[in-house]
Amino acid sequence: MSVRSRVIEAIQQIATEQHVTLPALSDDLSLHETGFDSLAFAILVARLEDETGVDPFTISEDAAFPATVGDFVRAYENVPA
Amino acid sequence: MSPREIFALRDHLGAELTGRILSDAHHVVSLTEILSQTVLGGRLRELSGRAVLLKLSDQLRSGLAMIELDGIARRMLLCPPDLNPAYLEALIADADIDAVVTDEPDRWGEADVSLVVTARLPLQTTAPAKTERATEWLMLTSGTSGVPKIVGHTLEALTGAILAEGPARGPAPVWATFYDIRRYGGLQIFLRAVLSGGSMVLSDPHETLGDHVARLNARGVSHISGTPSHWRKLLMSGSAAQFAPRYVRLSGEIADQAVLDGLRAAFPNSSVGHAYASTEAGVGFAVNDGLEGFPADYLGDRNGVEMKVVDGSLRIRSTRTAHAYIGRNAAALTDDDGFVDSGDIVKLRGDRYYFIGRRGGIINIGGLKVHPEEIEAVINRHDDVRMSRAKSRRSPITGGIVVADVILADGTDQARVKEIREQILDQCRAQLASHKVPAVIRFVEALDVTPAGKLARTDA
Repeated sequence: MSVRSRVIEAIQQIATEQHVTLPALSDDLSLHETGFDSLAFAILVARLEDETGVDPFTISEDAAFPATVGDFVRAYENVPA
Repeated sequence: MSPREIFALRDHLGAELTGRILSDAHHVVSLTEILSQTVLGGRLRELSGRAVLLKLSDQLRSGLAMIELDGIARRMLLCPPDLNPAYLEALIADADIDAVVTDEPDRWGEADVSLVVTARLPLQTTAPAKTERATEWLMLTSGTSGVPKIVGHTLEALTGAILAEGPARGPAPVWATFYDIRRYGGLQIFLRAVLSGGSMVLSDPHETLGDHVARLNARGVSHISGTPSHWRKLLMSGSAAQFAPRYVRLSGEIADQAVLDGLRAAFPNSSVGHAYASTEAGVGFAVNDGLEGFPADYLGDRNGVEMKVVDGSLRIRSTRTAHAYIGRNAAALTDDDGFVDSGDIVKLRGDRYYFIGRRGGIINIGGLKVHPEEIEAVINRHDDVRMSRAKSRRSPITGGIVVADVILADGTDQARVKEIREQILDQCRAQLASHKVPAVIRFVEALDVTPAGKLARTDA
């Protein structure tokens, strides 16, 4: 499974659990518009860390939190192996 | 009997009751003849009036030394097996220790303790001693870090709950516990065995659970106590099937409904009860209706134990509490009115109080305070769950999220794991505020239990 489809699947899974109705997940959709609150994002990052072994947002102190779905996916795609 | 009617352990032992036994995995000692025998090489007189450190590598000799020293020594400090040796010097100073009873006398050659007495088996014959004084019993708290606190008890306080309950009905009990008898929970059972006219089977840290249960059966154990973590381990081990005690007791941690129901199912012919006690607060009460928590009308003055809830935590005043912390910089153990703050947080729901967790065990989830035990209790209600541990995990976004490690029942079909995870999460969402719902559930093979028998919460 590609990194992208893994991330999207996790977002959809958590949306179901948290009773969030997701809009279509395009790359330029702002994360704010997904309807996720900070807890939902925290869950997402923790689950992805368990699946992929990385948390791109704590690797560097000054990593900016992504603004869009595309940024978010790329943060996982760009983690050095 | 001594002047002023001081009762020591020896006054509860005698040759009238035959067949009484204290045993561990290696030795069997007759309690019936114990008063004319010595584990101290006949050197009890030298320890009269002394402050004695009991530093022994096994429970059997520890228990025999307690029987011999109580009523003779001025005080005795019980060292649990996991005590960090680095703390000994501070404890010796704080408790004014001037004698040590040990099975490793070579280690004490250089130490600043004037009298070293070796405890040894087999027992030797001696003339029975007479009770001289009320010995102060010093125990150590099982707190997680730093030098443990020394808690001072009297035998009267330690045995208050046992005497209040009166003798057990039926044949003399054979007691056992998963605890070590040098901790409060285990000592309670040892004292019950001595005072009840019964026998006791000691645990052994080097024994497998299966071998332990086989030994409990072989010795006819009828009454047994442990923490909920001990009991969950037994239920998971499959060894419970061969065991049929009359009385099963839980203490030391929150007994949730799942573990009570699990024990009820595993031991259909036993009474199952949970007791509330701590090293400082003593034995508060026992609950025998098979339900978690305790009836709200236990608050107030009941059987000489007064309880109230202040700022959410249970406070206890009774003659069974410890009387002081011991040492130069010891804090007050009770408030001005004589109440001990247990630090255990309770919540009233309907006509019952439920234990929510420890005040010191709160985890911080996005600025909200969460008791991990509350989450574990909900997870444990799932039929396929044996044991769980909730904890906080650092998150760059909320500061912390709840994650839970879960042990599934033996033989759970791996194909169902995904479905079980969903069911646990559904259960949590239905019964817990959203920030308390675990973000991640991991299925694990084992969870650490501390030497005191409690679920390890090192990062809590």
